[in-house]
Amino acid sequence: MTTQLQTTSVSTAVEVQAPVEHAFRVFTEGIGSWWDPGHHILQAGLAEMVFEPRVGGHIIDRGTDGSECRWARVLAYEPPHRVCFSWDINLSWQLEADPAKTSEVEVTFTADGPARTQVLLTHRHLDRHGEGWEGMRDALGSGWSLTHYAEVAERG
Amino acid sequence: MTNHVAVLTALADPTRRAIFERLARSPGAVGELARELPVSRPAVSQHLKVLKEAGLVTDHAVGTRRVYSVDTAGIAAIRDYFEQFWQQSLDRFRTAASQPVQETQEIQEET
Repeated sequence: MTTQLQTTSVSTAVEVQAPVEHAFRVFTEGIGSWWDPGHHILQAGLAEMVFEPRVGGHIIDRGTDGSECRWARVLAYEPPHRVCFSWDINLSWQLEADPAKTSEVEVTFTADGPARTQVLLTHRHLDRHGEGWEGMRDALGSGWSLTHYAEVAERG
Repeated sequence: MTNHVAVLTALADPTRRAIFERLARSPGAVGELARELPVSRPAVSQHLKVLKEAGLVTDHAVGTRRVYSVDTAGIAAIRDYFEQFWQQSLDRFRTAASQPVQETQEIQEET
């Protein structure tokens, strides 16, 4: 197997045809416009997502039954260039209360001209989820709720 | 072969996690790890033994030294998963962010 330098993190880059301020706003406050609505761990269907735009805020999934799931803590909020949040979902697809066992997502936005933005996302410290590596592998595809996927997707 | 309980035990210890994270950056021998981290040489050896038994690190001889590195098989599954997850998610994000102005206003009204 190939040994990678960044063994415990993954990075993904994408180019957006929009000004940096717009790209940042859509990623954060507009998270509900692009997040796959099947990717949540609520019992009920996903009604909406809220990104609280401040350090100490949360990313909150709200269910159609009024339930809430605060699955991320906002660790850095520096519009329009950088945002960082925790990933408080463990590999058994439950909320993780111990911050030492959560990973971290950092996203940077770099203007590439007035109407183009380079976005780089890094999800690091994946080893902190440690104990569930095998569970993760076994649960792939079954972790996220697909219960009300169609309903939410059709509602747009 | 990665054992579930052994992995749990191995990474529950903060010192072992520090050693593991250090090795994730680059391979190293016992002496280097003891110099870089606030841990004695015998303790480093002991921690490496536990990490090795848990299938988290492997070792190989380089001359007279034994060099330890992270066994990528254990974490490969979770890396693969998140790599795929974020590629799909950012693809959706790019589509949403590149939409015309009227779509932007809808997003702002929602939040």
